[in-house]
Amino acid sequence: MAALIDIASWALILGGVAFSLIGAYGMIKLSDVYARMHAASLIDTLGIGLIFIGMMLQAGFTIVTVKLVLVLVFILFTSPVATHALARAAINEDVLPVVDTETERQMAASNKTKSSEFGT
Amino acid sequence: MLQAISLAAALTAFWVLLSGYWIPLILCLGAASILACVYIARRMEIIDHEGHPIHISFQGITYFPWLLKEIVLSNIAVAKAILKGGSAIRPQVLQVPASQRDALGQVIYANSITLTPGTVSIGIDEGVITVHALMDETADGLRTGDMNARVCRLEGDPDPRRIAGGGQP
Repeated sequence: MAALIDIASWALILGGVAFSLIGAYGMIKLSDVYARMHAASLIDTLGIGLIFIGMMLQAGFTIVTVKLVLVLVFILFTSPVATHALARAAINEDVLPVVDTETERQMAASNKTKSSEFGT
Repeated sequence: MLQAISLAAALTAFWVLLSGYWIPLILCLGAASILACVYIARRMEIIDHEGHPIHISFQGITYFPWLLKEIVLSNIAVAKAILKGGSAIRPQVLQVPASQRDALGQVIYANSITLTPGTVSIGIDEGVITVHALMDETADGLRTGDMNARVCRLEGDPDPRRIAGGGQP
């Protein structure tokens, strides 16, 4: 039984490592900042998710598992906010996504924060 | 008041799970910090339906497992596209309606879009979310409006597809 749990936890952790590596490769290979954010989101969803589930199997029914679950939940709640903030920062600095049509570029550009929204 | 009690209960559970000690001194310190937190949160008036959304707790039982399944599926799709490269990747920008009635629902929807690999919400404006998608596949998944409808249901709002249809399904 213990050996089975070890095998399962190894498989999950290796799976998480694989997704993290693919994400890192994508962050280098993809073309612009927006495309690279998609690769980064591989790492902070299934990448850490599988690694954490693997670690939970190692910890068993203990308080450590509870803490791992909480850390995972907090990462899942906060990482999209960080990603969104990154995208907004890029738009505000006039870094627009590389896309096929001008309409799509305009759609992205229309989200630039107007200076009046800061009360200036 | 109900939300203050619920916040206190959540903080108590949080404290007990994180500390794991049952010494009277530690428990008293815990109780004191929880009371201080609830008092400060009430004074700051941040315990409202946004800061402590107890109204969505029960609907979440069906929404979050569905979201996890979507995250796993799109993770695999995006990983495949990155490894394949070339024509599999076609970055695009699209706008989707967000039919949720209040800001909290729209934030949940936008965050769910961002959390799913392959789609990132890059702007929210009056019920419309601008999305950057990495591939046709992930963009089309969003265009169906399935996630939009599910977040509406999570908040207890009516299904947007029925309103758009203008009649009974």
